Amino acid sequence: MRLDQPKYKTSDEVDFLIIGSGAAGGILAKELSTNGFRVVVLEQGPYLTESDFTHDEIKIFQEDLLTNHPKLQPNTFRKTPDEKAKQQRALAYGRLVGGTSVHFTANFWRFHEIDFVERSKVGPVPGAGLADWPITYADLEPYYTKVEWEIGVSGLAGASPFDPPRSKPYPMPPLPVKSSGVIFERAARKLGLHPFPAPMAILSQPRPGRSACVNCGFCLGFGCEVGAKSSSLATAIRVAERTGRCEIRPNSYVHRIEMDSKGRVSGAVYFDEQKNTHLQKAKAVVVCANGAETPRLLLLSANKQFPNGLANSSGYVGKYLMLNSAAVVFGLFDEPLNEYKGFAVSRVLHDFYELDPQKVGFYGGGGLDARFDQTPIQFASGGLPPGTPSWGKEFKTALSHNYTRTMEIFCHGTSLPVEQNSFSLDPDLKDAWGLPALRMTYRDHPDDLKLAAWQRDRALELLDAAGAQKKWAQPISEQEFAFHLLGTCRMGYDPKTSVINSEHRTHDVKNLFLCDGSSLVTSGRGQPTMTIEALAFRAADRITALARRGDLGA
Amino acid sequence: MKDALTRRRFLLHSLSGVSAAWVTSHWPAALAAAEHAHAAARSATPPKFEFFTPEQAAEIDAITARIIPTDETPGAREAGVVYFIDRALKTFASDYQKNFNEGLPELQGLVHEMYPNVDRFSTATPDQQDDVLRSLDQKNATAKRPFRPRPEAQNFFDTLRLFTIQGFLIDPDSDKGGSRDGVGWKVIGREREHMFQPPFGYYDKDYPGWQPLSKDAEKR
Repeated sequence: MRLDQPKYKTSDEVDFLIIGSGAAGGILAKELSTNGFRVVVLEQGPYLTESDFTHDEIKIFQEDLLTNHPKLQPNTFRKTPDEKAKQQRALAYGRLVGGTSVHFTANFWRFHEIDFVERSKVGPVPGAGLADWPITYADLEPYYTKVEWEIGVSGLAGASPFDPPRSKPYPMPPLPVKSSGVIFERAARKLGLHPFPAPMAILSQPRPGRSACVNCGFCLGFGCEVGAKSSSLATAIRVAERTGRCEIRPNSYVHRIEMDSKGRVSGAVYFDEQKNTHLQKAKAVVVCANGAETPRLLLLSANKQFPNGLANSSGYVGKYLMLNSAAVVFGLFDEPLNEYKGFAVSRVLHDFYELDPQKVGFYGGGGLDARFDQTPIQFASGGLPPGTPSWGKEFKTALSHNYTRTMEIFCHGTSLPVEQNSFSLDPDLKDAWGLPALRMTYRDHPDDLKLAAWQRDRALELLDAAGAQKKWAQPISEQEFAFHLLGTCRMGYDPKTSVINSEHRTHDVKNLFLCDGSSLVTSGRGQPTMTIEALAFRAADRITALARRGDLGA
Repeated sequence: MKDALTRRRFLLHSLSGVSAAWVTSHWPAALAAAEHAHAAARSATPPKFEFFTPEQAAEIDAITARIIPTDETPGAREAGVVYFIDRALKTFASDYQKNFNEGLPELQGLVHEMYPNVDRFSTATPDQQDDVLRSLDQKNATAKRPFRPRPEAQNFFDTLRLFTIQGFLIDPDSDKGGSRDGVGWKVIGREREHMFQPPFGYYDKDYPGWQPLSKDAEKR
C-alpha cells in the first residue's frame, strides 16, 4: 500500500532533490524530511509494494521484475582500458523504489576499525590506490547503531570476539539457526575458530506494520511480501512519506543535473514513464543512484565548467571500482538440511578479517558465512557437484537427493581499489532512452584472487571438519559481474584525489552531495549495505547542519 | 482452485505477526492481487498450443521427457513442461522462438543422420533418443554453464534443458503454468508451503541454543 504524499510542482524549488531511493536514498529521504525539509525523491524504477512481489523465479531473474533490465539499459564490459568493450551484462542492481535493499541477502556486518585506516596500518599495496577514510569507525559507530535500531537488524552483540566496539546491543535476537549454521558452527569450533549468529537485516520479531520473517525461502533476489526484510521500502521510505513533506516520484529516470551561472546545481532533468522530460528544481541535490549510476549521471552532466563530468575536477569520478572478492564452496551431507526454508545466512565467522600479509603472501581479509541461497531452478542449473550429468535419469536422481542436502559456504573479502577499474560512458552503445550506456572496466587485483583462493581452501577445510559426504568449489576466476558497486566517487580530504569530502559534499559544487556505495574508500570485507546506510544517516546529520546554518551556497 | 488456496493460506499465515491495522489496510489489496493472478493463470492455461503445432508439441514433449524422465516419480511430462514452453515462447521468452524454429528441424536432421529408419525423435526408442540428445549436447560441449546470477541458454540444447528445468521447477503457484500439481517440487523434496517454522532440517533439530565460548577458549 502507498501512503498519501505531497505532490510538488517541478517548478517548485524544493529543499532537497534526492536521486535514487535505495539503501542510502531512502534513509536520506526519511532523515531530511523528518528534519523539516521539503524533499523530492526521483527513482528510475517503479513503485512496487508487498502485494506486487512474487516467488516466480522467471519474473525475478529472467524478466528482471526488480532489477535493471539488460535490454533497456544494456552495458559493455572490458578487463582493461586498452581493450574495446563488448556488450555483455556486467551488473545487477535494484531498479525500483527501495533499490537493491529490496532484494539483498541482508547480511549486516559492520565494518571493523581496520577498514577505515588500512593505508596507514599496512602501507602501500603495489597496484592499488589504497587510502584511509577521512572518518573512522568511531565516527560511524553511532550511525551503525541507528541503522540496527531504526531499520531493524537481528543479531547477538558480543558473540564474535572480533567485533568492533558497539554502544548498544542489537534491538532483537538473531534469526533461528539453520542446519547449515549448525554444521558450520560445530566444524568451525572444532578447528578453533569463532563462528557467531549472523547479523541480518531481517526481523526476528514483528515491528509495527511489519511481520517477523516467515521463512518462506525465497529471499536473496526477491522482495519480501511480509515486510520482514529491512529494505528502505519497508522502513525509511514509509517514515519519509508519513512526514507529509516527502514525495517519492517513481519512473523518473534522471539523466542530467543542471547547474546555474553561480556554479551551483539547480535541479535535475529526468524522463517520466512516457519519456517526456521534466526539470525538477531544488536548492540542493543528493545523488544516491548507486556506485554505477551515480558516476554515470555525473559524467552525463558534463558542462562548460566541468567538461569531464560534473564535480569531476579530480578525474576520479567512476574510478576505483570495487566488487568484493568472492569464493563459493558446496557441501553435500547425509541427512536433509532443508536449506530452502528460511533466509540465506545464519552463521558467520570473522577469524580471517585481518590476515597477516607476511604470513599469507597477499593483502586482504574476509568473512565466511554458511548459507543456501539457491532457488530450485538455480540449483538445478548449477548446484550439483561437477561431473553430474546435466540431464536424464542420473541428473534427476541427483537433483532429488541433493536439493535438500546441500549447503554453501560463501567467502567474502576485500577488493583492493585499482584506479583503472571503473564505470565510464560507452562511446558507442546507447540505452533505450538514447543515453550513453555504462561501460565497466574490471580486473581483480592479484591479491584479491589470492585471497579468494585462500578463503576457499579454509571453507573446504570446514566442510571436511563437518564430515561432508562430498565437497566442491566453484572455480575462482577474474570477476566480470558486479553486484556490489563500490568506491567510484570516493570520499577524502584532498580534492585532487577524491570526489566528496567527509560530509558527502562534492569538493567542486557546494550544494551537490553524493551518498551510496560510490562513497566508500575501501571495500570492507564484503557486506557493504550496512555501512552505506550508516553513512547515509551520518550524511543526513551533516547536510541538515549545513542547511540550517545556511551553508549550502545559496 | 487448489493453487489459489495455497497462495491464500500463505498470505494468511504470513500476516500472523502483523498489526491489525496493517491487515485491515493491506489485506483486501493483497488478496485481490493474489486472486487475480490465479484467475489469470487458470483462464490462460492453453486449451491448445499457441506456438507449437501439435506435431512440434509431440516432439518437444518427447525431448523434455528425456531431459527429466518419468521413472518411479513424475518427470517433465507429468509437470506439463511442453505447455509451459509453448506459453513461454508466446510471452516472456518470445526471443527464443527463432531458436526453436531452427533447432527443431536440426534435431530431426540429426535423428535421420543417426537412425535413417526412424521417422522423427518422438518415434525413436528411449535409448536412441538419449543418443541423439547426447550427440547434440556434445556438439555444444564448449558452451558455458553459468552458475550465477542467471542461467542463460547458449544454444538449442541448453535452451531445451533450461526451459525443461524451468517448467519442472517454477513455483507451482506462479502464473507461468508448468510444475503442474507441484510435481517438480515433490521430486526435489521441496514442500509446497511458503512459510516454515524451525527446526528446518536434521542438523538443527537438536541444537541446544547458542553457547558462548568460555573466555579462556577465546583467541583474543
